[in-house]
Amino acid sequence: MTDIIIHCAVALLFPPLLLGVIGKTKAAFAGRVGAPYLQPYFDLIKLFRKGSVFSETTTWVFRAGPLITLSAALIAVLLIPLGHHGAPLSFSGDLILFAYLFGLSRFFTTIAALDTGSSFEGMGAAREVTFSCLAEPTLFFSLLTLARISKSLSLSTILTHPTPAIWLAAGASMLLLVGALFITLLAENCRIPFDDPNTHLELTMIHEVMVLDHSGPAFGIILYGAALKLFILGAVFINIAFPVATGNALIDWGIFIAAMLVLAVAIGVVESVMARLRLVRIPQLLVGATILSAFAMLLVLR
Amino acid sequence: MSSFADQLLVLVMLINLIMLGTSRLMFSIRAVAVQGVILGVLPGLIHPFSGHLAGITAGIILAKGVAIPYFIGGAVRKAQIRREVEPFVGYVPTLLLGAIFTALAFVFAERLPLAPEHKDLLFVPASIATLLCGFLILTTRRKAISQVIGYLVMENGIFVFGLLLTEAMPVMVEAGALLDLLVGIFVMGIVINHISREFSSIDTSRLRALKEE
Repeated sequence: MTDIIIHCAVALLFPPLLLGVIGKTKAAFAGRVGAPYLQPYFDLIKLFRKGSVFSETTTWVFRAGPLITLSAALIAVLLIPLGHHGAPLSFSGDLILFAYLFGLSRFFTTIAALDTGSSFEGMGAAREVTFSCLAEPTLFFSLLTLARISKSLSLSTILTHPTPAIWLAAGASMLLLVGALFITLLAENCRIPFDDPNTHLELTMIHEVMVLDHSGPAFGIILYGAALKLFILGAVFINIAFPVATGNALIDWGIFIAAMLVLAVAIGVVESVMARLRLVRIPQLLVGATILSAFAMLLVLR
Repeated sequence: MSSFADQLLVLVMLINLIMLGTSRLMFSIRAVAVQGVILGVLPGLIHPFSGHLAGITAGIILAKGVAIPYFIGGAVRKAQIRREVEPFVGYVPTLLLGAIFTALAFVFAERLPLAPEHKDLLFVPASIATLLCGFLILTTRRKAISQVIGYLVMENGIFVFGLLLTEAMPVMVEAGALLDLLVGIFVMGIVINHISREFSSIDTSRLRALKEE
């Protein structure tokens, strides 16, 4: 019971801090002081106090977009185990639901963008679906590989199953999976080699383009949903890449949160040292990630 | 130790895929050098130590890891080419084809009647996958240099297969094969330089028609 409460509390309150840590890391690399760690929370509070402007050409789809995106992310966060504690919600086959919750939220983000009738946002939507349909197989291959290793179809078992012993036995495929998942993590969350979350340059924007017309609370919901998505995929990654469990519930939570913060720093470092890829190179990298995960599955199936 | 050898073979197969996906020639050459060094280390992991083994390891690392990349690198620098510009088949399709070939290699290796002690090792699938990837590079790229690299990768695949037989393979045969390879690469380097000097391009697809004086 306490675990469920901690799970919900961490999932609800922690995600924006990740963005703060990433921002601070990037600032440190650039030699700046940077915004405070809690800046994303201040931004969200500011946005929620504002009023909204809705274009007259938009329909209910435009207003529903952010809400559905956020609710899909909130359901998804209930499906994944955090820090080696079982998820509050789990059943056999929930990995399919998990993957398609992201699909649903992406569908509504793009359709809300198309609803504005702006050709610019249409372009962003086209890019988003193109890249995500290349990123999705990676997620599926990785989850299926882990399902095969753990012989279960429920995310709770799949993601709490990896242990140091499994790393020693199937090191190569686990390493491939970690690589593939990290690339997916960056791609799905529009982080730097794929998309720059800070840029507002027309030619290179992907995700930012689609949310240009949202304002006030709706935009706050989108930002929070994006932070939550980073948190969810980061948690999946941490569960596989850093499978350390002490058995003591509270220490495990501490380890999990520390690992997430380290991951945020790692993302910040990647963003600082890498340039954004050219648009034509992105599919190549995504296909590469898919091949890595498919290769991992091949090694496990053999 | 054989599980560590398996991880190295996974690395060898990953290098195949990297080479299929990159357009930079120097990068490909370095990748093939790394692959050669890995192949040089491998025999030491699966066979007990002997003078014969040390000779093979040193020879392979010297030839595949140092000498051959050095020759090709020199040819690239002299011909002043940096990247393969327009392959016959694009990078993403060849990468996918490479992945499919690798998967097929695993399927095929399952069906081969292998000795029971080789059944669980990755050697046979890795060798077939490397062979096929090398073949893919050889057939889909335009530049003579890329084709030489493809040929090298193919040879690496054959070598991985030969690793299982190292005990039975006399040093002379091994040395002969390496020497052949070295001379082949050397000759190719000279040929490439001549092509680039004569025709200002080393696109082999233009070398099809005979020209009458």
